[in-house]
Amino acid sequence: MSQGLARSTLTHLERLEAESIHIIREVVAEAENPVMLYSVGKDSAVMLHLARKAFYPAPPPFPLLHVDTTWKFRAMYELRDKMAELSGMDLLVYHNPEAQERGINPFDHGALHTDMWKTEGLKQALDKYGFDAAFGGARRDEEKSRAKERIFSFRTASHGWDPKNQRPELWNLYNAKKAKGESIRVFPISNWTELDVWQYIHLNDIPIVPLYFAEERPTVERDGMLLMVDDDRFPLREGETPVMRSIRFRTLGCYPLTGAVESSAKTLPEVIQETLLTTTSERQGRAIDKDAGGAGMEVKKQQGYF
Amino acid sequence: MTDPVYVVDSLIAEDIDAYLDTHQHKTMLRFITCGSVDDGKSTLIGRLLYDSKMIFEDQLAALEADSKKVGTQGQGIDFALLVDGLAAEREQGITIDVAYRFFNTEKRKFIVADTPGHEQYTRNMVTGASTADLAVILIDARKGVLTQTRRHSFLAHLIGIRNIVLAVNKMDLVDYSQTRFDEIVADYRAFASSIGIEDFVALPISGYMGDNITTLSDNTPWYAAPAYFGRSLVDHLETVEVDTTRDLAKPFRMAVQWVNRPNLDFRGFAGLIASGSVKPGDAIRVLPSGKTSTVERIVTLDGDLDQAVAGQSVTLTFADEIDCSRGDVIALADNPPQVADQFEASVVWMADHALIPGRAYWLKIGTQMVSATVQAPKYTINVNTMEHCAAKTLELNAIGVAEITTDRPITFEPYAENRALGGFILIDKIGNGTVAAGMLHFSLRRAQNVHWQALDVTREARAEIKNQRPGVLWFTGLSGSGKSTIANLVEKKLHALGKHTFLLDGDNVRHGLNKDLGFTEADRIENIRRVGEVSRLMTDAGLIVLTAFISPFRAERDLARSLTPEGEFFEVFIDTPLDVAEGRDVKGLYKKARSGALKNFTGIDSPYEAPENPEIRIDTTKISPQDAAEMIVAKLLGDYWMPEI
Repeated sequence: MSQGLARSTLTHLERLEAESIHIIREVVAEAENPVMLYSVGKDSAVMLHLARKAFYPAPPPFPLLHVDTTWKFRAMYELRDKMAELSGMDLLVYHNPEAQERGINPFDHGALHTDMWKTEGLKQALDKYGFDAAFGGARRDEEKSRAKERIFSFRTASHGWDPKNQRPELWNLYNAKKAKGESIRVFPISNWTELDVWQYIHLNDIPIVPLYFAEERPTVERDGMLLMVDDDRFPLREGETPVMRSIRFRTLGCYPLTGAVESSAKTLPEVIQETLLTTTSERQGRAIDKDAGGAGMEVKKQQGYF
Repeated sequence: MTDPVYVVDSLIAEDIDAYLDTHQHKTMLRFITCGSVDDGKSTLIGRLLYDSKMIFEDQLAALEADSKKVGTQGQGIDFALLVDGLAAEREQGITIDVAYRFFNTEKRKFIVADTPGHEQYTRNMVTGASTADLAVILIDARKGVLTQTRRHSFLAHLIGIRNIVLAVNKMDLVDYSQTRFDEIVADYRAFASSIGIEDFVALPISGYMGDNITTLSDNTPWYAAPAYFGRSLVDHLETVEVDTTRDLAKPFRMAVQWVNRPNLDFRGFAGLIASGSVKPGDAIRVLPSGKTSTVERIVTLDGDLDQAVAGQSVTLTFADEIDCSRGDVIALADNPPQVADQFEASVVWMADHALIPGRAYWLKIGTQMVSATVQAPKYTINVNTMEHCAAKTLELNAIGVAEITTDRPITFEPYAENRALGGFILIDKIGNGTVAAGMLHFSLRRAQNVHWQALDVTREARAEIKNQRPGVLWFTGLSGSGKSTIANLVEKKLHALGKHTFLLDGDNVRHGLNKDLGFTEADRIENIRRVGEVSRLMTDAGLIVLTAFISPFRAERDLARSLTPEGEFFEVFIDTPLDVAEGRDVKGLYKKARSGALKNFTGIDSPYEAPENPEIRIDTTKISPQDAAEMIVAKLLGDYWMPEI
C-alpha cells in the first residue's frame, strides 16, 4: 500500500485491510487456541496475507488448517505447501478417516462427498486439535444468508449454528467469551466484495493458484458444467473425450465439482475485467449452493458447514 | 444504462487499468437505512444494488421468478426479495436481523446495514448504526412522520450519527406533491430539533420508480429550486464527509491490542489508530500508567511508514523500554485521554434477561476488559415519546442512563468525542452473551478525588503478628444443607489451633449490616456484595473469615472471589440434594415456601447455581458434620498453611 504520504481519507481497501487486521489480532489476543482455515483459494490468500501483516515481523501465531478432500486440483496442493513455507506457519492437513476408508468421492457420492470430507472433516479436525477459534474466508457478498452472518459466529459444542441466537456486534468490539466446548468461527474479510479481493491481490502481488488464469486445459462438458480433467481419477463417461480449451476458474474447490469458464484472461487485470463484465455470480460455478433450493447454504451452515 | 454515476462499463471494457486505478482510490461510506416495515427500505436497497449492477444475471433470473411467486409488486420486479435473507424471514416477508449489503459507484464503495423497523428490535438498529457514518431515515409519503420515524431518528442520534438523510419515499403514490413533501419535512424538522438533531437533508424519492435515486427526477422539477437540497441520493452519499476524516483532526489515540515480541530485540505495540495521526519521533504517553516515550518506528510488512493515520492498523515501537500491554492506550503525550472508574453512561439493554443492578458484568471498551457494575438507572427513555421514565432495571430493548463502576480505572473519552474510547459492551459473566451496549458520558468527579489512603501498617504486617495467612472460607449451599453447622465446627477447630477467625453467618448479618435488604434477586446480590466487601476488609485485618450464606448465584460468588487476593479464597460447596435439605427443614422454611407463604426461596422458586470448580466439596449425604469439618481443616493445613508452617 502507499507509504508515507500525508493524506486525509483512507481508501476503501485501506479501511477494509485495517478492519481485517484488527479482527485477526483481537481473536489472537482473546482466544486460547486459534487456527486459520486455509482452502488455498483467493479469499484464503487474502486472509493469510492480512494475518502476516497483522503480526509482522513475527509470523502469525497460529497454524494453518487445510481440511482436505484429496480431490482438490494439483496446483492447489502445490501453492498450499509453498505458502505455508513462505509464511513460516505450521500447516495441518486433515483427512476424515472414515471418508478415506469408505473411498468417498465426488463422482459416486454426490452431496455425501461434501458432507463427509468437508463438514464432518472440519468438525473432527477442530475437535481433534481443540481449536476454540477458526478463521474462515467467507464474505457477506457471496450469498444471501451470509449477508446476515456475524464476524464472530458462535457454534455450539456440536458445531451447530443458530441464526436466531447470535450476539450483537457493535462498533469494533468483539465478544470472544465462550463456554468450554463452544467455538467461534471468525470471518475477517466479511466486508470485502469479490472485486475488493481481486484488487487487493493485484495491489499486493499476492500469490494465487494459476488456475485463476486462462490456459489451455483438458476439459469435458458435463451436466452444463465445464470440468477439468486434472488427474487420471476422472472417470470419463461413454463418448466423453477431454478437449483442450482455454479456461480458467472463478472459484476453486474439488476439481470434479468446480465448473470452469472459457476465457482468455491471462493477467490479473484481465481476470478482473472479465469478472466485472461477466453476468454470472461467483458461487454459480459450484454445485453446493443448489441443494435444498435457494436456502442451501443456510441449511449447510446449521449443520456445521463453514 | 445512460446514468452518469454508473458509466463504468465502458471503462472496464476499454481500459481496465484506468478503471482499477479509479477503484483503488475510492473511499468508503458505511450507512444504515431505517424505516418501518412498509416504508420500502428493502426496495430502496434492492434498487441501489440493481442500479449499480451488483446483481448478476443468474440472481436476476431468480429474482424475476421469485417476484412472480411471492412478490408484492404484481408482475414487476420486487427488489425487496434481493435483500431479505434468511429462509424463515423470506417466508414471513420481514427482515428480523441486521444484514450488510455492498455496492460501488464511481467514487465510493458503500456498505449498507439493513436494519429492521420492528419495535422489539431496537438492539438490531443500534448494532447496525454503531458502525455507520450516515443514516437514511425512510418515510412513506402517504403516512408522514410516524412513531417509528421518531424512534429511528432518536436511536441514530443516540449512537452519534451526524449525517441524517430524510428520504421521503413513495413520492409516486402522492403524485410527487411538493406540498405533501414540505409538510412532512416541516413536521420532521420540529421533532428533530427537539431531540438535538441539528442538521439533516431531505429528499423526495421513489425507490420503486427510481426517482431522485441516482439522478434528479423529471417528476419533481420543484426539487431543483434553491430552497431544497436539490441533489440525488447517490450524489449525496458519494460526497458526504465520512467519520474517519473527522477522527483525523483529533489528538492521537491507539488502544494496544497485542504486544509483538518475536525476539528479544523487537517489542512492537499493535493496534488500530482510533484518532489523529502518528509519526516517528512523536512524544507519546501510555495510559493508565502515564509513562512517556517517543515513537521510534511504524512497522509494517511493506516497510516502515513515515506517518500513520486514524483508521489504520499498525505496529509501533518506542525509543524506551516502558511497560505497555494489551488494554493500554497510547496517546499524544501532552494531550492524553482521562482515566477513571466511575461514569455516567447511556445503556441499551440487548438481552432477554434484564439488568441486575449491582451484579458484576464484563465491560469491554477498546481493548480493555474489566469487571463492572451498573446501578439502577436514573431514568429510562421511552423511544416513542422521548419521555424520561423511572425504572429499577433495564429490560430488553430499554435505553437508560445509569452510573457504572469498574473494578479498576480505565482509559476513556466521552463517546461524543471519540466512539472508539467511549463506546462499550457489557458481557454476561455466566452466559457469555453480549447483553448491552453503552456510551460513556463523563466520569463522576468522586472517582478522581477519592484516593486510596496509603497505610503504613500493611495487611502482611497484620497477618504476620497473628502468625497466620488470612483467607476466606466461603460456604455455599441450599438452605438447610448444613453450612452454618459445619462452618461453626471449622471455626472451633481453627480457634483451637490458635488461628484468629471470624464467622459471618447469613442470618446474623441480616439482623444488622443487611437488615435493609429483602429477598428479591437484586437484594440477594447486594447482600452478597456487602458480605464480600466485609470479608475483604477482615482479611486485610489478617483474619481468617468463614462465611455461611446460601449465595445462590455464581456471579456473586465470583465477585467475592475477585475481591480477595489470588489464592486466599476457598469456595466450600456444602452439597446437599434438595430433597435431603427439604426433609431436614430445621427452620420450617421449605414448608412455608411450598405453601407459597415465602417467595423467592432458593431451590423452590429461585434458582441455585451450583459451583463448577469449588476448592472443597462436601457431600453431606456421605459424611457427618464433624468429619466434614475435620476434612476442611486438614485440607487447609495441607494446601494452604503447611508450606509456611
